[in-house]
Amino acid sequence: MSTLIFITLTGLALAAMYFLLASGLSLIFGLMDVLNFAHGAFFTWGAYAAWWVISMKTPVGGNASTGVFLFAIVAAVVAGAALATGTEVVLLRPLYRRTISQVLVTLGAGLALTELTAVIWKHDAKLFPQPRWMATTLTIAGARVPANRLVLIAVAVLVLAVMLLFLRYTRYGLIVRAGAENREMVQALGIDVNRAFTLVFALGGALAGLGGVFGGAYFKSIDPNIGTVNLIFAFIVVVIGGLGSIGGSALAAAIIGLSQQYANYYAAAWLGDFVVVILLAVVLLVRPRGLLGAQR
Amino acid sequence: MTRRVRPFWPVIILAVLLVVPKVGVHLPVLFDGPLNRAGNLQLLAVGFAFGIAALSYNLLFGYTGILSFGHALFFGAGVYLPVIALRHWQWSLGPALLFTLVVTLALAVAVGALALRTQGVYFAMVTLAFAQAGAVVVGKNPGQLTGGEEGLSLPTKNLPTWMVGVIHTGNLYWLTLAALIVVYLLTLRMITSPTGHIWEGIRENERRIEMVGLRPYTYKLVVFVISAVIAAVAGVLYLFLSSGATPASVRSDFTVALLLMVIIGGSGALWGPVAGALLYHYLNVRLTTWAASGTVSALPGVLSRPLADPLFILGIIFVLLVLFFPRGIAGTFVTQRLRASRRVENRAR
Repeated sequence: MSTLIFITLTGLALAAMYFLLASGLSLIFGLMDVLNFAHGAFFTWGAYAAWWVISMKTPVGGNASTGVFLFAIVAAVVAGAALATGTEVVLLRPLYRRTISQVLVTLGAGLALTELTAVIWKHDAKLFPQPRWMATTLTIAGARVPANRLVLIAVAVLVLAVMLLFLRYTRYGLIVRAGAENREMVQALGIDVNRAFTLVFALGGALAGLGGVFGGAYFKSIDPNIGTVNLIFAFIVVVIGGLGSIGGSALAAAIIGLSQQYANYYAAAWLGDFVVVILLAVVLLVRPRGLLGAQR
Repeated sequence: MTRRVRPFWPVIILAVLLVVPKVGVHLPVLFDGPLNRAGNLQLLAVGFAFGIAALSYNLLFGYTGILSFGHALFFGAGVYLPVIALRHWQWSLGPALLFTLVVTLALAVAVGALALRTQGVYFAMVTLAFAQAGAVVVGKNPGQLTGGEEGLSLPTKNLPTWMVGVIHTGNLYWLTLAALIVVYLLTLRMITSPTGHIWEGIRENERRIEMVGLRPYTYKLVVFVISAVIAAVAGVLYLFLSSGATPASVRSDFTVALLLMVIIGGSGALWGPVAGALLYHYLNVRLTTWAASGTVSALPGVLSRPLADPLFILGIIFVLLVLFFPRGIAGTFVTQRLRASRRVENRAR
């Protein structure tokens, strides 16, 4: 029983990390029809920005103080948002309405940005210090679970709530929702959709950066490929959840994270990733637009 | 009216490439040592193998307009299946290659039939997921079959002697070049056939192809399977050239590399992807060598460290190409020639 709880919570923490990546991807795709391959690089940069801040203020092998960790979160969010905004303004805007070229340019940017972290900080994995209370294990119904798993889940739930409120009750949320449904109509009403594009990119980048910090805490170490590896699962989450749907992303992230962990534990260690692909194939065959995706 | 003279430079390039293993010319800076050194021949031959893979990718991406992120799966099948049959089951070369062909065909039909039910970016993501599954299986080494991260070395016992050993690199070079020529001509034949025109029609406007009464799904599946099999051929050649299989050839990075080759070369002409593949592989190998050389490492760290990372450079090149030269080498070249000929026509008028 305690094993089940442990695996469930670990799966949900993994799901939370996927969700932080996938929600931004899904919003960007919903509004701009761009599959953003640079999203993994934003995640990696978030992780490295946080690691850089923490390692300046933390003795080697020691725990980070909570204050430094909070500052690291801010640094990661800013790094992710800044890179995303830069990517949108400099690289995507000139290619407006050329979807394939936009996908390709994000692919190139993702490759270059990911390798840039390797250029600066080398390819080898870096230990990711975190506050002592986050690394300690809590006992929940007999299961010993690291606190950072629970923090990650809480952060993702909070982000989900804020995003839903933002989309439902703010003017920009309204533009984003309307733009996803019918971009031409929104433009015809005299609204500057370009600003909404930059906004969703910045927001997506910020969330990816946030994912990077907690990804670092979850894995306890980071390397330049951390973003790319998670990006593939985030893509799967987005497709299963339905492109453009935040609620769908959350639901799909939970399904993917849990089935991955259950399969890994109860069957074979490599089966988890395989099950995810099979799930993807099944969903696409039965319901091509995803679980909660709108009819396009 | 001027009669279009058939350009003769392909014949010259071909002749030069054919005699390369026999001439010991030194090309300083470009190649280390004489051109026919085993290392240089291997560099070129791997470039040819990538050229075959890029041709097959371009059949999907350039001609039919299908963006697949799963092509590495089939290249990887070509790399891994023969070495598994040769090494673990002690098969001889013929049956091993036949086995590779059959399995690749089955895999391509299964993946294609499923993935082609989706379109556009969905298709890209589905193929990416399948390729990822393949990479995971290879990496996790089920039943000690794939050798995991270490990969598998090619056993030489069951291979003909003319293929084995460094002294016979020239033979592999010719084999790969011959395969490249055959695939090139085959591709040329396919894209000028009625089916080839339907592929282009699907790229331009799939709905219209449907309106004409044809089923795009069938045509797309055909091109998917053909290009998968050609990619596997490239994989087999790559296996012989590198005398072993490593997981890098199944990873999605390799698909990205193929995409980069096609973008560098441009899909406007059939030779574009081949040129792109040769340039890509050459840069990838030589940038690393240059970075280790004195000239680059003597530079300050701000410059030398990015230059030592080929992937970083290639990523930047990729972005610049998409932004400024979306049609690649071939596209830029062909447009210029078109413009020049138009200028001549205008003057004649």
